[in-house]
Amino acid sequence: MDTNFARSRRRDLIVAFCLAAVAAVVPLFVKDSYVQNIMVLTLMWGALSQSWNILSGYCGQISLGHALYFGIGAYTTTLLFTKFGVLPWFGMLGGGVISAVIAMALGYPCFRLRGHYFVIATIVIAEIGLLLFHNWDWAGAAMGIEIPVRGDSWLKFQFPRSKLPYFYFALALACVAWFVTWWLEDSKWGYWWRAVKDNPDAAESLGVVVFNSKMGAAAVSAFLVAIGGSFYAQFVSYIDPESIMGFHISLLMALPAVLGGIGTLWGPMLGAVILIPLTELTRSYAGGSGRGVDLIVYGGLIIAISLARPQGLVGLFSPRRKEAAR
Amino acid sequence: MTAETIIQSLASGLLMGLLYGLIAVGLALIFGLMDVVNFAHGEFLMIAMYATFFLFVFFAIDPLLAAPLVAAALFVFGAVAYLLIVRFAVRAKANAGMVQIFSTFGLAIVMRGVAQFFFTPDYRSVTHSWLGGKTVSVFGIFLPVPQLVGALVAIAAFGALYLFINRTDFGRALEATREDAGAVALVGIDKNKVFALGWGLGAALVGLAGAVMAIFFYIYPDVGASFALIAYVTVALGGFGSVFGAFAGGIIVGLVEATTAMLLPPSLKAVGIYAVYLLVVFIRPRGLFGSM
Repeated sequence: MDTNFARSRRRDLIVAFCLAAVAAVVPLFVKDSYVQNIMVLTLMWGALSQSWNILSGYCGQISLGHALYFGIGAYTTTLLFTKFGVLPWFGMLGGGVISAVIAMALGYPCFRLRGHYFVIATIVIAEIGLLLFHNWDWAGAAMGIEIPVRGDSWLKFQFPRSKLPYFYFALALACVAWFVTWWLEDSKWGYWWRAVKDNPDAAESLGVVVFNSKMGAAAVSAFLVAIGGSFYAQFVSYIDPESIMGFHISLLMALPAVLGGIGTLWGPMLGAVILIPLTELTRSYAGGSGRGVDLIVYGGLIIAISLARPQGLVGLFSPRRKEAAR
Repeated sequence: MTAETIIQSLASGLLMGLLYGLIAVGLALIFGLMDVVNFAHGEFLMIAMYATFFLFVFFAIDPLLAAPLVAAALFVFGAVAYLLIVRFAVRAKANAGMVQIFSTFGLAIVMRGVAQFFFTPDYRSVTHSWLGGKTVSVFGIFLPVPQLVGALVAIAAFGALYLFINRTDFGRALEATREDAGAVALVGIDKNKVFALGWGLGAALVGLAGAVMAIFFYIYPDVGASFALIAYVTVALGGFGSVFGAFAGGIIVGLVEATTAMLLPPSLKAVGIYAVYLLVVFIRPRGLFGSM
């Protein structure tokens, strides 16, 4: 690769490091728990969207069913913890591995589908998962599961008194998701994915193993999303099928990337930083009395961005990304 | 389970399936015309149901009489949605596929928000309409009259659509545009006008379905969501863009739903539909009647 590209990648890494360092200090000064809550959610949705972006952005396989992996992560951790007393850390890892395996098992038949047939298959599969959890009595069925407080420590991943530990975990997750993307962008896989996205037939004829590269993207993406799901379960300490696996979760994962720039390194995080606080604020100021004003603002923003800046907002900040955001 | 109950549920499944076909055909029409999936399709159904409800409440117009009015209103709405949003979405130079998915998703969310704002999230229903709650016995099988009439409306609509596409100038322009949008411009057909009318027609069809649905289904801001997914499955099952496919897909979905409801707990009845969709596209990735 040319030195220019190498230099810009090094700059990305330095900028990310500085941003993470600044972000780490912020909650020491901002002690309001409502604001801290928004910061945790912003980082979490940023990380999730970054993970979604690997499969849907870089590899071009638009999934609107990632709520499945989010839910599997949340349920694996919670069930292992409440039923067998297994520490959430193992549940988190287990949920990630299960999700990655399921993503590949589902990818095997699904990746033969193209365009809308694929998108609808992802929605339908997540919906089947939702319905199964809805009817699974042992896993709490529609009532869901309340996670009992059994401590206040990193070991048990429960912090009833402070949001700070959650914040640092969400920050770490966002950093990991970003770094994995950064690393993959310049790897063999990254180039394969972009080739698959642009023209799968041409990629195939040039020797890209299209099918395997889609499977790889699905596995990485699902693993990271499941980690996010099990974090969310610990954070809100109550899960039920609708709130954890509903279609809106899949949509929420896609939107920050759409807003910031699909298939770009910085797009999902940028999108989350704009979208999540905006959603939370409109919800708390207009949601209660205004009945649906939050939805109108939200939907209007999506229409405006997708029509006015289909390549996402990220190009506004750094012109050289315009090419990459194609 | 007796043979009678099986026939009974398959019969109601068939009626519901024809209605599913009517709900879905507008989606298939628009897709066939311009390769765009309208992800706000369920919300089109939702506003059609509300329109029927309010015509009933304020003007005492029975849903059956309101149906043509609602279809006409939806025609205008669909054409406007095309002219204001979709027209620009299909022109996107970057991320074209994403843009058309998410711009119509955005429209869906706005419409849901507007419905919540003006109509509140309360569940509403049309009470004491001409057909509501009535059943009729055919050869010992009891059929709900609203669904029966809905199925007849669906068959009539499909028949009319067939004649319309094959026998009228606009229908031919529609067909020609879907074959080759570039070439029709050369013979003086305004592509944008055809697209706008196509969107109008697609929305009018779902408007018709909404008016019938309002007779026997609850009306609330999120009502479109569940039917939208069934409509996507119906259309994809038949093969995107195939109008006949939507008809057949609807019947299959209705029958599969009825069968699943007999075998599994009622809350799982949608699983059957979804499983059949996956099975079909895994075997035939273009749906049953899809070409391309």
